[in-house]
Amino acid sequence: MSSVSQNFMKLFRGSSGPEAVPAQGSQKLTRRSSGLGELSRTWESAEGLCILDLGSTSATNIRHFTEKGHRIYSEDLLTASTDPDLLTKDEQGNVVLDSRKFLADNLVYPAAHFDVVLCWNLPDYLDESLVKPVVGRLWSVLKPGGMLLAFFHTRDAGPDSPCHRFHIVGADTLEMKKIVLRREARRGPTGAVHTAITDGFQLQRVFNNRHIENLFRDFASIKFFLARDNIREVLVVR
Amino acid sequence: MSAPASGLAQIGKSVFVKGELSGSEDLYVDGQVEGSIALKANSLTVGPNGQVKASVDAKGVVVQGKLEGNIQASDRVELRKSAIVTGDISTQRISIEEGAYLKGKVDIHRADVK
Repeated sequence: MSSVSQNFMKLFRGSSGPEAVPAQGSQKLTRRSSGLGELSRTWESAEGLCILDLGSTSATNIRHFTEKGHRIYSEDLLTASTDPDLLTKDEQGNVVLDSRKFLADNLVYPAAHFDVVLCWNLPDYLDESLVKPVVGRLWSVLKPGGMLLAFFHTRDAGPDSPCHRFHIVGADTLEMKKIVLRREARRGPTGAVHTAITDGFQLQRVFNNRHIENLFRDFASIKFFLARDNIREVLVVR
Repeated sequence: MSAPASGLAQIGKSVFVKGELSGSEDLYVDGQVEGSIALKANSLTVGPNGQVKASVDAKGVVVQGKLEGNIQASDRVELRKSAIVTGDISTQRISIEEGAYLKGKVDIHRADVK
């Protein structure tokens, strides 16, 4: 079934999607990205752009942009959202994340500061309470005409779709690495050794096209790119 | 690198320093420092237990622990996988291990051509 739908999607757009899976289970994929390809034309032709990368810290991306003379800001919002200080209770007593505190500590930039924001798959993995406030803040820190790239899973991707870090390795090519469990031995205050575990991130929800359009309704335009790997790429312009 | 090389100045993990630190030898910080660190021709290493809240001006900076403040390095900055850095970085060269956390701007300046 999935292969039929994948083939069907190829009829519309066949340029995006994974292309190679290296052996040895390195959990590394490369994929072509139409959205990135379109954005690349912006940073190849303009000078001194201000770019915000919201994915996991990537030396590859930093090098990619600084070599072209652009200014790059890195802010890993998913990791920031795991700060235990953000936990609070709503009126019903449910434990939620405090979006006001989150935005007081993160995405603190002057208005209209960035030409490009790279969201990657952030909205799919970010806690529900933070998604709309974060998109609202991104609207305000983007310049009018500035662009934002985000990836959304389709339902076919399944609930266990792994969260990836994204490295730009070509004009329209990304290297994706699965964010995996990280275990580290640390010595606590008493001197005892503990094992600290950093978990991977879980897909929180699947947005359909209408949800995505609603999410970015304050933006001037939105463009969808269908990919072969059950990902919708979305390029929005403020 | 998990332990400091012998012969360099060290701030151990039980030490807390508040104020301006400057010197002309390499420094390894595995404790807490608040203020500013100036090692113009030398390197700073923040060890895995290190917690630095300071602006840093050094030739090279290696971070394995936590650093909050702007980093100005005339040569290079290395963020190891356990690094947590909040602040802007200005340097000639940077290396970042997968898993390191950086929140801030990166400015790569080229070496002066003579």
